Amino acid sequence: MAYYVPSTEDEQLEMMRAIGVSSWDDLYAGLPAGLLLEDLNIPAGLSEYGARVMMEGLASENRIFPSIFRGAGAYNHYIPSLVKQITSREEFVTSYTPYQAEISQGTLQSIFEFQTMMCELTGLDASNASIYDGASAAASAAAMCRARNRAVVLISEAANPRVISVVETYCYAAGAGVKKIPARDGVTDGESLAAMLDDSVACVYIEQPNYFGLIEDASELGRIAHSGGAKFVMGVNPIAAAVLRTPGECGADVAVGEAQPLGMPLSFGGPYLGFMTASSDMARHLPGRIVGETVDVDGKRAFVLTLQAREQHIRRERASSNICSNQALCALTASVYLTVMGPHGLRQVADHCFSKAHYAAEQISAVKGFELAHEGEFFHEFVTSCPMDSESLLRRLESRGILGGLPVDGGILWCVTEMNTREEIDELTAILREAVRG
Amino acid sequence: MNFPEDLKYTRTHEWVRALDKKTARVGITDYAQHELGDLVFVNLPEVGDEAIMGERIADVESVKAVSDIFSPVAGEVSAVNDEILDAPELVNSDPYGAWLFEVGEITEREEFMSAEDYEKYCEEGE
Amino acid sequence: MKLSFEKSRQGRFFPLLPELDVPERKISSALTRAGSPRLPEMSPPDISRHYSELARRTHGVNDGFYPLGSCTMKYNPKINDEMANLPGFTHIHPLQPEHTAQGCLEAMARAEGLLCEITGMDSMTFQPAAGAHGEFTGVLLIKAYHESRGDSARTKIIVPDSAHGTNPATATMTGFQVVNIPSDGSGCVTLDALREAVGPDTAGLMLTNPNTLGIFDRNILEITKIIHDAGGLCYYDGANLNAIMGVARPGDMGFDVMHLNLHKTFSTPHGGGGPGSGAVGCKSELARFLPSPHVSRRGDEFFFDAPSRSVGRVGAFYGNFLVVLRALTYLVTIGGDGVRDAARNAVLNANYMMKHLSGIYDVAYPGGCMHEFVLSLERLKREHGVSAMDVAKSLLDFGMHPPTMYFPMIVKEALMIEPTETESRETMDFAIAALRSIYERALEEPESLREAPIHTPIRRPDEVNAARHPKLRYNFD
Repeated sequence: MAYYVPSTEDEQLEMMRAIGVSSWDDLYAGLPAGLLLEDLNIPAGLSEYGARVMMEGLASENRIFPSIFRGAGAYNHYIPSLVKQITSREEFVTSYTPYQAEISQGTLQSIFEFQTMMCELTGLDASNASIYDGASAAASAAAMCRARNRAVVLISEAANPRVISVVETYCYAAGAGVKKIPARDGVTDGESLAAMLDDSVACVYIEQPNYFGLIEDASELGRIAHSGGAKFVMGVNPIAAAVLRTPGECGADVAVGEAQPLGMPLSFGGPYLGFMTASSDMARHLPGRIVGETVDVDGKRAFVLTLQAREQHIRRERASSNICSNQALCALTASVYLTVMGPHGLRQVADHCFSKAHYAAEQISAVKGFELAHEGEFFHEFVTSCPMDSESLLRRLESRGILGGLPVDGGILWCVTEMNTREEIDELTAILREAVRG
Repeated sequence: MNFPEDLKYTRTHEWVRALDKKTARVGITDYAQHELGDLVFVNLPEVGDEAIMGERIADVESVKAVSDIFSPVAGEVSAVNDEILDAPELVNSDPYGAWLFEVGEITEREEFMSAEDYEKYCEEGE
Repeated sequence: MKLSFEKSRQGRFFPLLPELDVPERKISSALTRAGSPRLPEMSPPDISRHYSELARRTHGVNDGFYPLGSCTMKYNPKINDEMANLPGFTHIHPLQPEHTAQGCLEAMARAEGLLCEITGMDSMTFQPAAGAHGEFTGVLLIKAYHESRGDSARTKIIVPDSAHGTNPATATMTGFQVVNIPSDGSGCVTLDALREAVGPDTAGLMLTNPNTLGIFDRNILEITKIIHDAGGLCYYDGANLNAIMGVARPGDMGFDVMHLNLHKTFSTPHGGGGPGSGAVGCKSELARFLPSPHVSRRGDEFFFDAPSRSVGRVGAFYGNFLVVLRALTYLVTIGGDGVRDAARNAVLNANYMMKHLSGIYDVAYPGGCMHEFVLSLERLKREHGVSAMDVAKSLLDFGMHPPTMYFPMIVKEALMIEPTETESRETMDFAIAALRSIYERALEEPESLREAPIHTPIRRPDEVNAARHPKLRYNFD
């Protein structure tokens, strides 16, 4: 019996007889003979036990850092036990896109709750059911803002470079232009933005906080974007969104972001979760699945996939996006996380991040040669200069079980979350001092 | 099914009402709304858009389908019926009242069918 | 049932974090939002029950038969999940130095090697997060290829009318015009139409084989030759690979680039609509255009490098890495023979169901099928007023997930059935019996089918109202 195939050899033969074939080759008689493989150069199965040994071996080749001071788009946060338990339930894990509403109310309602939470976090009116990651969400937001004569995307130089790169790829695909808005002292330069706006610009994209951890004057940048007739798109960190002025309050037309901080482990980069919300007049331009509330034939509350005529399976070559599968289980993870945290818990995470990052910034910048690179207020990431070869410094930290900040232009980008204790921060600082002394 | 005498019809199931020499109002026929089923949204052009004869200018959505609306005349869109954006059901309940858009400065028009010819055309299509 | 927001009670809060161990710092009020987000305030037991209730209202593969055509809803082995959740994978930061993440890189390299062997491709990226994302990436390689040759006249992608909707949508997103060509009664490409459609403006062709009717296009070598002779490239939509893996390879059929749905063919779960993985494989001529970064090997060491003419990134990091780990676990568990046996049994099961159902319903394309087949209920609809929708909804009362409805669009009143290899004969016999009894009821009391389902958490929802007056979030009134 083959792995995961329940049919016994006898049953297979009986079924073959029932359909009138006598061999496996008969089943593939419709294929040109030359295409049939003689042999597949793949080793024999290892069995479940053998696979476990192999995979555990691979996992052991990776280094788990007990102390992480690196963010830059992937954040180390506490994941409550309930999150893991609930999102491992087989019903959620093994179902598909909720095409059959009658037996998919669980998935559908969880998405509806997710949409509501994303609207609450961003202060906007409508949300989709998720998209691949924060970077592709930014790229999709740019696409949804393109109008007949406006195709160019202006993207802040202070945005995450990986997000910029994905936006550039999508714009290359569509034949649309991308221009970078210069940054000054680590934040998006409003004057340059104003000078770049013309009637070819579809939208302006900035991040809050930006790649360097700094808090942008988003309201002012939004005002400038709108004065030039462009849409305003904000990429937000969902933990920071619990406390900072919302995209809605800053006048954004679309908000996107990477929701990995909401209960998803680092996982070497994925699966993560892109979210997208929009003002009500842009809601119909959102790509991908959207869940709506309605009633069933008995008048009972019901949730369904709705506004489907926007999507590829109906609109085909005129659909604005090709997205089909998204990151549904990750969206469930985020909504369980936000439900477990509640408004107070989320606020607490944000406050701890903010306080600890500021404590760390003070301690680190007190070490000779590690000066804060920018003056502006920051959330939980900041850049300092580095008075020595950053690689050798990071190796020194590594040898002490610390994943240090990420080398960037002008120094090191540090990240501090609620996971970093005062002791860890003090130890980090002590090692920096040692390193400076040589 | 209703085929008002005072309207002209296209083979793609739009109706056309001449408002004056250079302006026409366009909607979809009773036959079309019946075939499409419950409409849930209408994508309308914008005032000032160029209307190209025989080309797609709008579309109507039902839950699981989208259908193109073709401009029966050439000119410039001079008005759109905003009322149906919030109440697409009007196109089902009153197809000849719930117009979609108007085209002005008409330079060219298709050869239209009369109500009688259109009714026959629909019957043949069945 | 109630939403979490409706179960919320102000002030319910349980602490998860220790006391702050550094001086508290307040964010300036000039920067903060006006009010807190209105998230639910619930206790742990109520949260558990809320989600248990939602889980009970969700039908997964483990709740019953799920023959959703084109989606390959096979069993998701538990060992895959357990291995993907090893801390040695989940605790790894994507920007860790490469020498501290050799296990992750090696896992990707191993998965790439195995999947290239199965598909007949030379290189692969795991950056795309889902099938459609893979299509986008793959067609971008085609775009970059023509551009690199200065061939700017190739502006058209050919797509048969039986294709998944993602194919034409992908071509548009990547800046191509779509040329739809008609397929014949079996969903296969009409060679004459294809010959007529190609020319110096042909960038490529997107094709699923077996096609969406579950038929293997026997002219495949001729089809890819026509495209290549015209100077275009051939893209293989891997949605249906489960029928032929280990038996035949897209790379041998003349395809240049393709995507896989690891969440279909390679047993990783669908998660209620994701995360999937839309790995993209290509022939060596296209490898230099792959997204950056890509795993390479130098001696015993694995590292990331940037393909020389990369189209750029399509995702922030390396794709849905934990999904790739699940697929890798599956492949090393079952091995080469297991891969082939999976495909054979998927095809055997589909033929078995088709044979038994062909005496009851009309099969859209009689004859042998691959891993799935399509019924047309046009006659039932015409004669008894019972639609594919009515039959599908009636199946819900039997505790099984219905087949894919109304797809492919070239078949009227279509039901597309894909049992997969992991279903037993008893399960299939049960489904056949259910479909038979529904058919009998369609003749005797058709109105009862229009009432179905009866025993589900909700009955048929009002989708028209949902779309006309969209209510997309809870309003707290």
